[in-house]
Amino acid sequence: MFTEITGAIMIFLLSALLAWPLGKYMVKVFKGEPSWLDFLAPVENAIFRLCGIRPEEGMDWKQNMKALLLVNIAFFLLAFLLLSIQGFIAFWNPNGFGNWEPTLAFNTAASFTTNTNLQHYSGESTASYFTQLAVFTWLQFVSAGTGIAACALLFQGLANETSSRLGNFYKLLIKSCTRVLLPLAAVLALILSFRGTVANFRGIQQAATLEGGAQMVAGGPAAPMIAIKQVGANGGGFFGPNSTHPFENPDYLSNMAENVAILLIPMALVFSFGFYLQRRKLALMFFGLMSLMFISFAGLSAWQEARGNPAFTDMGLAQCTNMEGKEVRFGPVASSLWGVSTTSTSNGSVNSMHDSHTPLSGGIFLLDMLINAIYGGVGVGFINFFVFLVVAVFIAGQMVGRTPSLLGKKLEAREVKIAALIVILHPLLILAGTAIAAHGIRVDPELGWLNDPGFHGFSEMMYEFSSAAANNGSGFEGLGDNTPFWNITTGITMLLGRYLPIIGPLAIAGSLAVKKPVPESAGSLKLESFAFGAVLLSVILIVAALSFFPALALGPIADYFTL
Amino acid sequence: MKPVLNRSIFNKAIFRESASASFAKLSPRAMLKNPVMFTVELGAAVMAFVTLLSLFSEREALGDAGYNTAITLILAITLLFANFAEAVAEARGKAQAHALRKTRMDTPAKRLLPDGKTELTSATALRQGDIFLAEAGDIIPADGEIIEGLASIDESAITGESAPVIREADTDHSSVIGGSRVLSDRIEVRVTSRAGESFLDRMIALVEGANRQKTPNEIALTILLASFTVVFLIVTVSLQPFAAYNNTAITIAALIALFVCLIPTTIGGLLSAIGIAGMDRALGANIIAKSGKAVETAGDIDVLLLDKTGTITIGNRKATNFYPLNGAGDEAFLELALLSSLADKTPEGKSIVELAEALGARPDLPGKDSLKYVKFSAETRMSGIDLPDGRRIRKGAWDSIRMWCQMEGGVLESFEAKTREIAEKGGTPLALAVDQKPQGVIQLEDIIKPGIRERFERFRKMGLKTVMVTGDNPLTAAFIAHEAGLDDFIAEAKPEDKLAYILQEQAAGKLVAMMGDGTNDAPALAQADVGVAMNNGTQAAKEAANMVDLDNDPTKLLEVVEIGKQLLITRGNITTFSIANDVAKYFAIVPALFATSIPGLNALNIMQLASPESAILSAAIFNAIIIPMLIPLALRGASYRPIGAGALLTRNLLVYGLGGIIVPFIGIKLIDLIVCFFI
Repeated sequence: MFTEITGAIMIFLLSALLAWPLGKYMVKVFKGEPSWLDFLAPVENAIFRLCGIRPEEGMDWKQNMKALLLVNIAFFLLAFLLLSIQGFIAFWNPNGFGNWEPTLAFNTAASFTTNTNLQHYSGESTASYFTQLAVFTWLQFVSAGTGIAACALLFQGLANETSSRLGNFYKLLIKSCTRVLLPLAAVLALILSFRGTVANFRGIQQAATLEGGAQMVAGGPAAPMIAIKQVGANGGGFFGPNSTHPFENPDYLSNMAENVAILLIPMALVFSFGFYLQRRKLALMFFGLMSLMFISFAGLSAWQEARGNPAFTDMGLAQCTNMEGKEVRFGPVASSLWGVSTTSTSNGSVNSMHDSHTPLSGGIFLLDMLINAIYGGVGVGFINFFVFLVVAVFIAGQMVGRTPSLLGKKLEAREVKIAALIVILHPLLILAGTAIAAHGIRVDPELGWLNDPGFHGFSEMMYEFSSAAANNGSGFEGLGDNTPFWNITTGITMLLGRYLPIIGPLAIAGSLAVKKPVPESAGSLKLESFAFGAVLLSVILIVAALSFFPALALGPIADYFTL
Repeated sequence: MKPVLNRSIFNKAIFRESASASFAKLSPRAMLKNPVMFTVELGAAVMAFVTLLSLFSEREALGDAGYNTAITLILAITLLFANFAEAVAEARGKAQAHALRKTRMDTPAKRLLPDGKTELTSATALRQGDIFLAEAGDIIPADGEIIEGLASIDESAITGESAPVIREADTDHSSVIGGSRVLSDRIEVRVTSRAGESFLDRMIALVEGANRQKTPNEIALTILLASFTVVFLIVTVSLQPFAAYNNTAITIAALIALFVCLIPTTIGGLLSAIGIAGMDRALGANIIAKSGKAVETAGDIDVLLLDKTGTITIGNRKATNFYPLNGAGDEAFLELALLSSLADKTPEGKSIVELAEALGARPDLPGKDSLKYVKFSAETRMSGIDLPDGRRIRKGAWDSIRMWCQMEGGVLESFEAKTREIAEKGGTPLALAVDQKPQGVIQLEDIIKPGIRERFERFRKMGLKTVMVTGDNPLTAAFIAHEAGLDDFIAEAKPEDKLAYILQEQAAGKLVAMMGDGTNDAPALAQADVGVAMNNGTQAAKEAANMVDLDNDPTKLLEVVEIGKQLLITRGNITTFSIANDVAKYFAIVPALFATSIPGLNALNIMQLASPESAILSAAIFNAIIIPMLIPLALRGASYRPIGAGALLTRNLLVYGLGGIIVPFIGIKLIDLIVCFFI
């Protein structure tokens, strides 16, 4: 157990330590300052010219959002098309997989465009290598790049003094890919290949097992895809079982590398905020706040797993830790840490079956996605956090006797209105979706997609919608989710849960950007203070998490108390 | 002239008026302005309907008729409590406004009737165009224009300028300011505006909930609260299918009770009362705000422009020392000083006489008729007296005396040195000369108000920059600013300097408040984010300002800022309290909803409430009665202490945030202990 905990602490510390310089570096990329990757400039310039992008043209928030939507709609349509006609593309399709069913193609196209990577399919048995690389892996880059670019626009909006220009989305998107995601993914892919993650273009092969039998084993170009799936908070695995699969995540070291990769950019962007706006102390406060939740949740989850299932103990079985659905090479602590990492950063890859975690541990994973701002997804995590920040500043600002202002800009009806709408969106998507599913399965239990009845089944449905709304992509499983109902509802949920929470905060940033800054005085709210941290934490826990309390009570909490 | 108001929150009349108004305010059209309470009203209406149905139906979802009645009543009471809060705030505001009106009546006015007779009436009875008579000793009841006569008028209470001014019909100086005092002669004045009346009317509109315009911050908060309400609507509505999935029947009563408990009814119910009470408090301080926004903005003020006279120093300068130079003997100089000021009725002049007498000067006064008084004139900038023996005594600012006198280098130097020394210490030197020979210097000094330093220290902690505006020379200004603990000063200030200073601060994003009275202050008053005009100021100043101070008290600016801050803090604190309350309410209601179908969830019943029914009722009752319990806080306003933003937030967070989490646990438990006897 001691080694396990040490391993977990090392993963966390390593992520945080690497995130600091990365955060600093990303600010250089955003601001176009010289860096050691400048040799890529000709490549980028070629892309700019090819796409007719004028990278130095500053755009306001509306123009940027138009660009973001335009690009993403194009990505989505292209992905949908390529999936629908996969069977006609003979290239890189050694196993001869056919065309995708339309609702699954819709769901999957939405899923990868939105950086969710909710997978209602199993990669090794449905997706050709061309699809895996040209559709999925490519989208894993550009969707992550979209998030990072949006976050950079937000930073600029907060930094602006009475200018509406936030930067150029196209430029930020391409540079996020070439200067941040590509180098990091390359390094990780190499590490993973060294540890034994597969990378080949051969079809399903026959292997002789130890017992002397024969087994069909799927391989493929897994390492590059896994690298970007972790670095870009995508989470969509090459193989169905995701990072529990030994070809994706062969040993403890590869597990460490991948877990660090999951946390790296989300953590780094928090620091980037500090470097970009020269508010390092504030960034550290945010980081501390997120880490407080992260560490408590991971600790609680690991403790629950280590404690195991009391029912077994009551039956006199000497089972102590809960190993169901876990990989022996990782153990409960690494599984819990990964689970909390992947759900809080909207990554969604798994190294254990979340369905098999003890109820409270599974509940914590749910909670991570309901908050969706503990580090959060690449770019979008901080954007989500920003909405909580707006609400917290609005409440706390009044408590010190001033009309609230955030980073020197007054929060008025317009900003609060947008933040309020975004606050509504997450519960609306999750609760309404789960309500429809719960109602459907109650009225017609013959639908057949719910394998577990009762509280656990409820958790499964809620988890699926939470995962879609939070653009997480992990599945609680235990749910037969490749049905038109789930494909369409979660597809729509992912799209709404992706773009509205980007557009809203950027509209706020756009409106703050043009406001005249108010200088700080002894009477203004100090965001760096402990007291404000408490307000922010309370807003996140009471406003965001607590609105799901009744639902959680019927799922994981009821599950826990009735175990 | 401060009206004596009933400071207690309730008196019988207010209570009765408010109680009946609470019912009138139930009309959905009035409710629509407050989204949170409007949803409560909808909930109550649905419950009333369900209660009716449940009388005739046995359907499980409808629940028990008696229980439904109880929930319906609690919801109705919640609404009434919220309405009552608003009604009390309104009634108090109106009472205060009426009291103010009454005090305005007290300034007497001599109205000149067309037949030439005068009629004694009150200031407020004067209408625009009326003509009144003012004689020596009278207070001018209203702003106006002299149509007949000439008079010397003391405007020191308004302008801070101690020398009397001459106002005369058909000249550039024909306007008189309400509140100033006629020193001599007799004038007929035509009223140009009624004293403060129209502002009072505006203020009354501000305290009437129905016509009140919400302030920007209030609008933003309403939006946020509405969004929380929508979130909880989603939470409650989705709970029904969730429960059905778990084979649990939840009654409509329970769902609506959960919804009403979760939405921020506490702040929703008190929000408009808090806003009105802010105006009430302003009125209570005898300030008439022209808009609620102005009061709210006051809390954000970064820079205060304060006139020296009256704010920082007590009234006028006083003589504190005589310095005979150029060979004049002490006693002789005292006598000269006394004689020079014999006819000088300015406060400075009087203080010279007083001090000289106190020091023992007893000059032989020749017959009054043989004295020739020389009044201060703009040309010579000196005043004095011509004695029967032919001696001409003059006093004035050093530079004007220097122009008048001939002197040698040594004398000049000694005078220069003395006057500079006095100025550096914050005093004002007056030189005295006889027959063009300088005799000595009289030191006039400002008396800094006791306690003003501590007061400015408070403001520094609030993050306010204080700036003194004075006509003094920079040396004197610097000294007084330093002594009184101000951050900055504008010396030798002309009205346009104030405007320039305000523009400069505003360019840096700061909000500026100032107080003014003169017509030449009007541009600066209009430019300032919070401009407070004195009631006895000119009409132009009052029009340009967004607040009028009926007391003409220059320190009022400080109160205005505190009232603005209090308004925001009260809102923020009750919002925090309201949201924090939800934690306990969840723990009361959620286990109650599923107590029978999911017994395991009873572990969440940490308050050990007696039964599911009593748990829901107790939470709903707590939710209702917390509103009237917080009415005093809403009306008085949360206390504001200038302890710095960080400490203030910590303190409020502990009281209202942590308190907001703990109090309902205790409250709901206590109510449950009582309620369980009735179920």
